[in-house]
Amino acid sequence: MLETRDLYKHFGGLVATDHVSLSIREGELHAVIGPNGAGKTTLIAQLAGELRPDGGAILFDGKDVTRTPVQRRAASGLARSFQITSVFPSFSALANVALAVQAHAGHSFRFWRRAAHDAALTGPARDALELVGLGSRAEVPAELLSHGEQRQLEIAMALATRPRMLLLDEPMAGMGPAEGASMVDLLRKLKGRYTILLIEHDMDAVFALADWITVLVHGAVIATGTPEEIRYDAEVRRAYLGEETV
Amino acid sequence: MRDHGRETLAVLIGLAFLLALPFLAEAAGKGFYVTLFTRILIFGLAAVSLDLILGYGGMVSFGHAAFVGVGAYAVGILSWHVFDGSPLMTWPVTLEGTENAFVVWPLAMLMGGLFALVIGAISLRTTGISFIMITLAFAQMLFYLAIGLRKYGGEDGIALYNKSQLVPPIDLFDRTTFYYVCLGLLVAFLAVCRRLTRSRFGMAVQGARINERRMKALGFSPYRYKLTAFVISGAGAGLSGALLANAAEFVGPAYMSWQRSGELIVMVVLGGMGTLFGPVAGAAAFLLLEEWLADLTEHWQIILGPILLFVVVFARRGLWGWVAGQGREDR
Repeated sequence: MLETRDLYKHFGGLVATDHVSLSIREGELHAVIGPNGAGKTTLIAQLAGELRPDGGAILFDGKDVTRTPVQRRAASGLARSFQITSVFPSFSALANVALAVQAHAGHSFRFWRRAAHDAALTGPARDALELVGLGSRAEVPAELLSHGEQRQLEIAMALATRPRMLLLDEPMAGMGPAEGASMVDLLRKLKGRYTILLIEHDMDAVFALADWITVLVHGAVIATGTPEEIRYDAEVRRAYLGEETV
Repeated sequence: MRDHGRETLAVLIGLAFLLALPFLAEAAGKGFYVTLFTRILIFGLAAVSLDLILGYGGMVSFGHAAFVGVGAYAVGILSWHVFDGSPLMTWPVTLEGTENAFVVWPLAMLMGGLFALVIGAISLRTTGISFIMITLAFAQMLFYLAIGLRKYGGEDGIALYNKSQLVPPIDLFDRTTFYYVCLGLLVAFLAVCRRLTRSRFGMAVQGARINERRMKALGFSPYRYKLTAFVISGAGAGLSGALLANAAEFVGPAYMSWQRSGELIVMVVLGGMGTLFGPVAGAAAFLLLEEWLADLTEHWQIILGPILLFVVVFARRGLWGWVAGQGREDR
């Protein structure tokens, strides 16, 4: 469903993405792991369209989207969540998600009807909030939600755009164990319903969820395979897993 | 959340005061307050239109007076042709001057919107300081263009021979009548803006202010919504220009000066950005202070400065925040 061919990106002398070729099949949960600075977020930014690669190609659904701007990629069903929570702080949780619904409900040149009372927006928005477990927090301004709840809100917004594929950038970043566990439950619910590219630090979560894992070190893919293969891959253990001990 | 009951009450009290003002002023034997408050309503209208892009859209336009000036010149030029008896243009169609308010006021809005479309289409490709500077540059261009209009008085502007004509019994030369016409238009514009800001369109514009990156990641193209808001804002400013021309019975390049643009920003900030009603309060505070302080000293802005500073530092949402309660956007 999503494919990169020989993707290359450098910042000055630093190679952030070193000839990365990935192939993510429809319905798969594909995790990308790697130590800090491995270029995971840079990779997602290129896939989402916020960064333009210096070389190589990105194909979504077989179509070359390498030069497609971010909003067009999002509109064609490629949704992302952010590592650093990126919501609309002064809007309620419901309004945040309703805005995400609105993004995919045709144009927004509708000047008269009050958006907050528009069931076509708030209906799907409430569904998405229920799904991520924020149903009871709909009216709370996003800035007053806990960190974990804001992470859930991130996911709800991505889901509300009715994507065909999710790019999740460390959804568990900064979460406590309990919050992390409920996020794993949520991702398990989403698995199979969406094609997912997951970037995550939490190894337990990754090995529990992923169908396929790609290991990125210094911008380059050093291994790719099933969780079992990765767990026992000598090079991966040496380069990465060994340091943190799984 | 913002205290809706308190805000509604504040709006109603404000409206009641404005409705009663001509009677109060005449009863107190201070009729000139009707004229002063007419100016307040007109500048309030311009400030509300600026708030639409500044407060809601996060677009710091430093050239808003240009659109006010464009609207004023639309009225002034057409009126000049009536007085002069010459046609506005003879090719490809012959157009005569007119003082019919039902023609010239919508035309002033149209021209304000058109200029905003062109200026916005270019300026909105930039953000931050560049946007401020480009809007300022465009406004200065129009300012000097107006000075270059020799036929229409150049630097001296146009003294209007006649005010715009509404339906016969309504005579805009009557200051109370004119006051209520301005009040009606301001209220109508506020009502429209209120709907706009809460509509899907309004949410898209506000989203672009708060987090443009996220908006794009959601699939929005913020540019088109920002530009539309800019055009609507320009049209509102054009209408206020048409009223200003009638109030002063004069049109001149000074309407477009960058100081005027700055004053409009001060009115919005003083009253409260992103509050719609606040800028009207801001316009009132600014023009009343100007009126009262100018009696004390010609350097009245020395006193205005600290007051503005005080409000900005201590009231996040300006004067309106004090009146209607501090709070974030509704919803």
